[in-house]
Amino acid sequence: MDGKEMLRVEQLNKSFGDLNVLKGVDLTVNESDVVVLIGASGSGKSTLLRCLNFLELKNSGRIIVEGEQVEPKTHDLNKVREKVGMVFQHFNLFPHKTVLGNVIEAPIQVKGIDKKEAMEEGKALLNKVGLGDKYDVYPSKLSGGQKQRVAIARALAMKPDIMLFDEPTSALDPELVGEVLTTMKELAQDGMTMVVVTHEMGFAREVADYVLYMHEGQIVEYGHPSEIFDNPKEERTRAFLNSVL
Amino acid sequence: MIEILHFFDVFTSSLDVFIDGLWITLKLSVVSLFIAIIIGLFFAILKISNIKPLQWIADGYIWIVRGTPLIVQIFILFYGLTDILLIPMFWAGAAGLAFHSGAYIAEIIRGAIQSIDQGQKEAARSLGMTKSLSMRRIILPQAFRRAVPSLGNQFIIGIKDSSLVSFIGMQDLFGVASTMGSNTFDFFPYFLTVAVYYLLIVLVLTFVVNKVEKRLAVSD
Ligand SMILES: Nc1ncnc2c1ncn2[C@@H]1O[C@H](COP(=O)(O)OP(=O)(O)OP(=O)(O)O)[C@@H](O)[C@H]1O
Ligand SMILES: [Mg+2]
Repeated sequence: MDGKEMLRVEQLNKSFGDLNVLKGVDLTVNESDVVVLIGASGSGKSTLLRCLNFLELKNSGRIIVEGEQVEPKTHDLNKVREKVGMVFQHFNLFPHKTVLGNVIEAPIQVKGIDKKEAMEEGKALLNKVGLGDKYDVYPSKLSGGQKQRVAIARALAMKPDIMLFDEPTSALDPELVGEVLTTMKELAQDGMTMVVVTHEMGFAREVADYVLYMHEGQIVEYGHPSEIFDNPKEERTRAFLNSVL
Repeated sequence: MIEILHFFDVFTSSLDVFIDGLWITLKLSVVSLFIAIIIGLFFAILKISNIKPLQWIADGYIWIVRGTPLIVQIFILFYGLTDILLIPMFWAGAAGLAFHSGAYIAEIIRGAIQSIDQGQKEAARSLGMTKSLSMRRIILPQAFRRAVPSLGNQFIIGIKDSSLVSFIGMQDLFGVASTMGSNTFDFFPYFLTVAVYYLLIVLVLTFVVNKVEKRLAVSD
């Protein structure tokens, strides 16, 4: 799956005060890759994802999005974020807007798309994630799994080239995890480029093209899922996998 | 018994003069609270900006309003605006009240904005929305909803506080009651009458605020 390069990170460092959270991360994601990021709590997975979307700003290093090195000082980060969608652990749906309202908000306000067109596209996306009967419902009336699928549709409505998922199923009741993973799997099959932080090792094994293991702010091992899960080279990876599997 | 009958007599016979006062009180309250919301929103945004000098300006404003009696603020603005800037009395009174309520509304709005989950802003930004767009479309609508009960409370306080403009000579509800009392030396029934008017205004406003709260609750 060696398509065009979508995202490259070189020697990324990020600290909060005295705390070095990312210590020289390198990462390349090609078109249609599904990259799964695993690692212990506090290892910096969320921080890395948030740096890719510029919700956190790096201290040093380079972030290259679709061939262009993005510098917060000189680039319009909003334009970059249009290309990089994000799905959060706690959904973060807009509670004052209906399901369809959530999905069409950014296309209309940010891209200036005609409302009718946005609604048609929004409905099509909601149908796709299996929520064709929920357009006019407010988020508070949805289950966690439904909320997360709306959040995915909302991100997709901006037609991003890359999607970031930060533990999209961690806040869900166990019986609702499957429906969200299914939606993500379909997205992967459609060729979406995805970076996913998750503890769902089954999903990683089945869907990921690459699995990265992160430990204390560094990527200590990466490879195809079978290499990582069946044959980890690093002792730290093995210890982590033993603790979660 | 005689007292009660006398009160009803005063209440009914003074309807027409109090209607004029009621009109001034309502106009003054609506205008001053409208301006106060704009002032409040402005200073709330200064306070949550990450720019220290702007925060200091907002802090200074709130400090002045909290640290001086409302009547002093009204007098200062009244003499400053009418004598020096030749602004009509109504607008000077409205400015005094708005200057005062604005500080409390600023704090209410700031609190409501800061109570909105950080994830809302992040979701908006991650969709490519600018700071101001996410504030306008995502954060403020939710903050206003959350602030409705406190704002309603502040409006009630504002309406009652508007009675102080009678001291700069305005013939609002309280001004009418004072004048009628002094003219007839029959203070008690006139102040009882004016109390009824304020109670009725607050009753209606409370009803409206509850209705608004219910309507906004559809998304909960
Ligand atoms: N805004 C912040 N300010 C200060 N410290 C932070 C901030 N965000 C994260 N950290 C710290 O950075 C470290 C890495 O956090 P991060 O959320 O990236 O870990 P994670 O790998 O996503 O963990 P988890 O699996 O628990 O989500 C943690 O020690 C965390 O406390
Ligand atoms: Mg995390």
